[in-house]
Amino acid sequence: MSLSRTHPAWVPYFFIAPFLLIFSVFMVYPLVSSISMSAFQSYGPQFSTFVGLDNFKNVFLDPDFWTAVKNTLIYSCASVMIQLPLSLGLALLLNRPDVKAKGFFRLIFFSPALVGLVFVAILFGLLLGARDGLVNEVLRQVIPGFPAEFFWLQRYVMPALIIASLWIYVGFNMVYFLAALQSINRDQIEAAMIDGANAVQRFVHVILPAIKPVAGFVVLLSIIGSLQLFELPFILLGGAGPENRGLTLVMYLYQNGFEQNDLGYASAIGWILAIFLMGIAIVHRRLTREEL
Amino acid sequence: MMSMKFIERSSQVMAYVLLTVCACITLVPFIWLGFAALRNPEVYFDFQFIPRVRHVQMMEAPENPELRKVWAQVLPSEGMEISAATELVGADVVNQARNEHLIEYRNGKVAWDMMSLQYFKRLLAGNEFPFARSFLNSVFYASVTAVFATLFCAMGGYALAKFEFKCRTLFTRIVLMALVIPGSLLLAPGYQLLFKLGLLDSYWGLILPGLAPAFGVFLFRQSMLNAVPTELMESARIDGCGEIRLFFEMILPMVRPMLGAFLLITFLGCWNNFIGPQIVLQTPSKFPLAVAIAQLKGIYSTEYGLLMAGTILSIAPVMALFLLLQKEFISGLTSGAVKG
Repeated sequence: MSLSRTHPAWVPYFFIAPFLLIFSVFMVYPLVSSISMSAFQSYGPQFSTFVGLDNFKNVFLDPDFWTAVKNTLIYSCASVMIQLPLSLGLALLLNRPDVKAKGFFRLIFFSPALVGLVFVAILFGLLLGARDGLVNEVLRQVIPGFPAEFFWLQRYVMPALIIASLWIYVGFNMVYFLAALQSINRDQIEAAMIDGANAVQRFVHVILPAIKPVAGFVVLLSIIGSLQLFELPFILLGGAGPENRGLTLVMYLYQNGFEQNDLGYASAIGWILAIFLMGIAIVHRRLTREEL
Repeated sequence: MMSMKFIERSSQVMAYVLLTVCACITLVPFIWLGFAALRNPEVYFDFQFIPRVRHVQMMEAPENPELRKVWAQVLPSEGMEISAATELVGADVVNQARNEHLIEYRNGKVAWDMMSLQYFKRLLAGNEFPFARSFLNSVFYASVTAVFATLFCAMGGYALAKFEFKCRTLFTRIVLMALVIPGSLLLAPGYQLLFKLGLLDSYWGLILPGLAPAFGVFLFRQSMLNAVPTELMESARIDGCGEIRLFFEMILPMVRPMLGAFLLITFLGCWNNFIGPQIVLQTPSKFPLAVAIAQLKGIYSTEYGLLMAGTILSIAPVMALFLLLQKEFISGLTSGAVKG
């Protein structure tokens, strides 16, 4: 990897200029200004009063914030604990050398990830309908005595969100696992087979170590993505849902910043979320580094 | 040896069965969506998928002499189509008899005349709802952002990957740090900035902030580090090739798969973006599909078929694009994870 040195001096600056200009104006500037904004209570973009650290204090004193934290964490845990094992399982099935039509299956499994969350929310709003949704219709057929009306979107908001998220992301994450599995040298696995390792032993001692970096990346991606859940419950429930059962952190930010118009308070929430996410990224980095 | 083969064979069959079941579960919502958009409103709630011709048949049931007499007169023993029965005795009597378990419904042949494109026509005619306008808005917003974001990121990545210059390390560090900033942190200050610049409720306000994703510069930097040989750049310069021509005619073609993948990823991200346009835009005629469909849900919450038709029209274009560029898309998506 060598660098060009025979170019006129202006060239690298010319190529990076458009990016740098827009990046500074629309990323760096808002980032810096959000620090000062978080010290103000505001009404819309024009009116604000200095409140110091009160925004942060009020966030932590607001029970709605803790509801949002709880919901977001539940969803996030479910994403990692339910979604990722399913993704890995599918990838393992698809990676079998005796399974043909890999591209076909991969295409099908991946396709829900292309559907925007707004559209997924609308689709699942009807699929999970209490009386006439397909999900309840199937459950009534399969489980005897299943209630005639089962209110996913009122009482079982979190399970509903998790079901929808499984449909979207299992195939998406599978693509990463599959790519990792395909990059494993087959000889290694065959050598383990000759040594008499059974399927479980092969998985634990050969496959798992080989896909660890990708698995770590997918876990991080899932955690960070799921902690920023917003559109799905917002459209599915038309807001936070009954008793704030679908309130998430980003929705809490949206409600305060753009429904109550307190941009300062929203900036404070944004920073709390950002610091939390950065903390996770740092912990993740430490963990994956030590293992290497 | 036989049994070994048998185990192998049956585990292969199991794998296919499991994969097929999962594939069906994945596809069923799409199929359900398709039929929901095609079923006519009269029969929408009667069926989950394909509407069928319904027959009315007499049952042994609790006595209601009046009602029973009516049915005995009109209903032949093999039953009749529900539409004919309704015509003869009226919808109220049919419903009453059904509620009193005097008659039951049986599904017959596929009722083709109960499916139509009426919802699609209503949406595209645009008398009630500016759907076609929103569609064009989405196409415009997503393609302009995708093209320019890809260009700027490729240029930026090229500068960081291939040139020795003063601020190279600093800029690279900044890009890496920006990768961990969550988008939601920028919502409030970004809104305030757009207000100050007078860009609220305009496409500039929607497009400009999306043109410099740190993630894109990072991806292009990574792929150019390996794919572009520096010697080639230097010999092209000796041959008198200008720097800009060099970039467009030699460098870009070398990272073609990455270009395709990033174009598609950005396009998809904009097409499906909800929170951005929801915050920036106020005039309904400027709304892209994601926001327009969310509104449609609010207004026509009971017209499920209309909502489903709108959803189909909104996801079809990205599905088609993906089918065309599938390989590039998936390799682009996983390149950062698997190689890096």
